[in-house]
Amino acid sequence: MVEKADQIFVLLQHWLVSFFPLAWQHAAGVVLDVVGIIVAYPTLFALAVLMERKGLGRMQNRYGPNRVGPFGLLQPAADGIKALIKEDIVPFRADAVVHFLAPLVLVVAVFMGLAVLPMGRNMELVDMDASLLFVFAMGASTELSVFMAGWSSRNKYSLLGAMRAVAQMISYEVPLLLSSVVIVMMTGSLSLTKMVEAQNHFTGIFPHWYVFTPWGLAGFVMFVVAAMAETNRSPFDLPEGESEIIAGYFTEYSGFKFALFFLGEYVGMFGIAGLGTTLFLGGWSAPASFLTWVPSWIWFFLKVELWICFFIWVRGTLPRLRQDQLMNFAWKFMLPMTLVNLVDAAVWRFMGEGWLRWVVCAAIVAGAYALMGRGGMRRQGLRPRSYRYAE
Amino acid sequence: MSIVFWMISALTLAGGLAAVLLKNLVHCALAVTVAFAGLALLFLQLDAQFAGFAQILVYIGAVAILVVFAILLTRNSETPKEGGVFSRTWLAGLAVAAAVFAVLGWAVLAGAKGLPGGAAAAPAVTVNEIGRALMGRYVLPLEIVALLLTAALIGAVIVAMHETLNVNGNGRAK
Repeated sequence: MVEKADQIFVLLQHWLVSFFPLAWQHAAGVVLDVVGIIVAYPTLFALAVLMERKGLGRMQNRYGPNRVGPFGLLQPAADGIKALIKEDIVPFRADAVVHFLAPLVLVVAVFMGLAVLPMGRNMELVDMDASLLFVFAMGASTELSVFMAGWSSRNKYSLLGAMRAVAQMISYEVPLLLSSVVIVMMTGSLSLTKMVEAQNHFTGIFPHWYVFTPWGLAGFVMFVVAAMAETNRSPFDLPEGESEIIAGYFTEYSGFKFALFFLGEYVGMFGIAGLGTTLFLGGWSAPASFLTWVPSWIWFFLKVELWICFFIWVRGTLPRLRQDQLMNFAWKFMLPMTLVNLVDAAVWRFMGEGWLRWVVCAAIVAGAYALMGRGGMRRQGLRPRSYRYAE
Repeated sequence: MSIVFWMISALTLAGGLAAVLLKNLVHCALAVTVAFAGLALLFLQLDAQFAGFAQILVYIGAVAILVVFAILLTRNSETPKEGGVFSRTWLAGLAVAAAVFAVLGWAVLAGAKGLPGGAAAAPAVTVNEIGRALMGRYVLPLEIVALLLTAALIGAVIVAMHETLNVNGNGRAK
């Protein structure tokens, strides 16, 4: 019974596939899986948008949308209808072909990245040996669409936003990849399913998630920060700085194309949250050994929703980083920290079991943070603000 | 030579041709990106997963963006080239391209004689083996590439750094 609930989507897919003739069954199975993903993630996107607007509203001491439906629950539907029926304005001097293709490239790249996430036991769409590399390759392709959108609009502010966005995404891709390399090192495989299976063990009631180790915790923090920067979320949302350059690279998009950009951004958030869950938080494994009766996909989506709530929380709390602060942070702090983290994981691996390696590795990570973080702050020479008034 | 191979090759060739025949320079850069994607798909079709995904990650994710930035920030890319897309020295260009193609073709065909003929199964190269080869047998090329990249990085930093005032006061202020 527990296994049936755990594998309910897999069994559903097998049952639906059995209606097809034998020659078509493989293709039909793949198509059904893809339909499942395409149905599930935009639904989650709608819920996430609503959660964001209500959550941000509450943090800013106001209600979010509460007119459309009870507690504003039908607001995503209203937004969808609005996006569909709005006029699609393309600027006269804009490059029509590239302007059209940019949201398509974004959505395609983002949905492809979801194909290898293990959303439950046996529930990844494709099981590849190099699936982590595939996810990062798809993430790198999204930068191209950002640039295409900004350039084709023939708008100074769009181009500025696109340049900033691409510079930011490239800069933060390096700490993102390096903090995941630690996980690859400790698992010994690039395959996401193997990473989840390596974390699915328990000592007593504690799970063997990588986040509960010193190098895993440091890697997790850096992955979260880099993930926020990769998806252009606050406090890294200078490219779409809503109070400065209107909407940055998607200023000139209206109607359904804007909805596609929005969808692409949020599904990208889900993708990177799913990746972070798989790498650090144990994917679909339960947080305690007495909770393994809960289906695995519930744990996965619960953890992803926690990530999204955390992103929304940070957005409502922290102010925006300036472009040079952003780049300094990436190259001067996060890159050295990720390299120190790699050394830390290597020390962990070669020290053998015991309590000593916990102490040594935690000391390395904490010491590196203290030296580089605090030292870097002191080097900036931040003094109390001085004002000069006009006389 | 399956139908998938022909489709991917057509895509790659179309991208390559478009990259040299289009008038708008940024369009050319995007067509080169399509050609890169086609190459990555060819790698994947040959079951070289690491090479295919690394191609996407490096070429499309970094090199294409670099090319596009370089075009944007260095020339006025909105005016189309005067005189069409064929330059005046097209004959010399054709001769050089034919020479390069001849050398590459000779190298590939000469190397292909050493391979086991027929439909022999391709070796399944996993990322594990690539890693071991890089760290074991090919560690010297790896280190030389790292040295080259460091030199390029230092060069880029020096070019981009502000000039300091020299003794005569002729340099630009820092």
